[in-house]
Amino acid sequence: MNWAIRTEGLAKSFTLHLQGGARIPVLQGVELAVAPGECVALSGPSGAGKSTLMRCLYGNYGAGAGHILLQHRGVEIDLAKADPRLVREVRHETLGYVSQFLRVIPRVPTLDIVAEPLVARGMAKEAARERAAALLTRLNLPAPLHALPPATFSGGEQQRVNLARGFAPGYPVLLLDEPTASLDAGNRAVVISLIEEAKAAGAAIIGIFHDAEVRDRVADRLFELHPLQGAA
Amino acid sequence: MTEAPLLEASGLSLRFGAVQALDDVSLAIWPGEVVAIVGESGSGKTTLLRVLSGLLRPDAGQVTYRDPEGAALPVHDMGEAALRRLMRTDWGFVHQNPRDGLRMGVSAGGNVGERLMAVGARHYGSIRAEALAWLERVEIDPARIDDLPRTFSGGMQQRLQIARTLVTRPRLVFMDEPTGGLDVSVQARLLDLIRALVADLGLAVLLVTHDIAAARLLAHRLLVMRHGQVVEQGLTDRVLDDPQHEYTQLLVASVLAA
Repeated sequence: MNWAIRTEGLAKSFTLHLQGGARIPVLQGVELAVAPGECVALSGPSGAGKSTLMRCLYGNYGAGAGHILLQHRGVEIDLAKADPRLVREVRHETLGYVSQFLRVIPRVPTLDIVAEPLVARGMAKEAARERAAALLTRLNLPAPLHALPPATFSGGEQQRVNLARGFAPGYPVLLLDEPTASLDAGNRAVVISLIEEAKAAGAAIIGIFHDAEVRDRVADRLFELHPLQGAA
Repeated sequence: MTEAPLLEASGLSLRFGAVQALDDVSLAIWPGEVVAIVGESGSGKTTLLRVLSGLLRPDAGQVTYRDPEGAALPVHDMGEAALRRLMRTDWGFVHQNPRDGLRMGVSAGGNVGERLMAVGARHYGSIRAEALAWLERVEIDPARIDDLPRTFSGGMQQRLQIARTLVTRPRLVFMDEPTGGLDVSVQARLLDLIRALVADLGLAVLLVTHDIAAARLLAHRLLVMRHGQVVEQGLTDRVLDDPQHEYTQLLVASVLAA
């Protein structure tokens, strides 16, 4: 199979030193491969490790064992073993992540938050801002809001800022953690079309979608996760 | 990715009497990278910064700086004159207390212009213009250019120190608790300013802080120190979201939601 991202024997457990060294296994033997243009929805009950898998894939959780293979700059790399500088480079160019919550940077205008990853990829500042503005407007955040920092925005507005930031660069691999959780029907439809366009452009997408309607529209298949025995 | 590190330290150890201030510390920082050194008071982080910048000599280990021509210079064996020159040109140092980095008896504009003159600028008009531009950049009213820093608030003094340090466009900046001692609202403004300047200028920064939220905001990589040792290091969000060492878990758990 032609794949953009693939895991081999991925495992993750947490050791809680502050709770007497309790060890909590969350993932074991995860084998997931996603092709360019394909969208895979993670499914399974709460506690099955969907979010943990997403964070392992993005690298903010370290993999306990196994490999996370990714096509980056035309070469296969193992994100599970990559040094921090390579992880940063991969995040700039190859791997995007839309988390549920916007980590607000005080005082930075919305437009710059969305344009930042584009500039980091080498796009000229003006072009990056134009693209950011277009995407924000499409997500129903009108121009007067673009100059404001999103700290005072509602949850749904912040999520749309996050979505614009994640979709703007056109990453070859995109991770979506509940991208429509606090959106109304109109904005949900926009997100669905953004996902469809990203797929058509060849992006491999892995998502957690609790919204069944969205999931049925965008996901090509489900990837089932099961809670591990012995998990707390 | 293949370029050489800007500054590289290996096997640094230093003892103050019975206290092991640094215990076999190694690190490297690459161009354009912001690396934060976090840990509680007495963990050795400020000592490490002083050793890395040549202000203190270690008992063991070495620090190598790679200059723009690619020459590897031993920081503790280059001689005082060469080190002072480096401090004026390629390097900058932002102290916790702005009084340690500013000349309090010289005007705000003079503080910024002096660094420019030290690297050879001679034309008064352009020095003043550059100083004005930098005051604006660090959000100090240009009308205050002829005022003495002692008439400034703590936050303004710190911003002035940053302007004075960055005006010569150093490649590597050492920062020791740059937001320490400031009000929280002033801290946020300063952090944001540092973040923007660092990104715009492509600086490498070694930042010492006990403020985990500041480290998360500014740093690409994190080193956690305790009792003079680096107990954990890595990508900032990984160290903070998935801490492995017992001490890092305690440190992260102790922070109010950030």
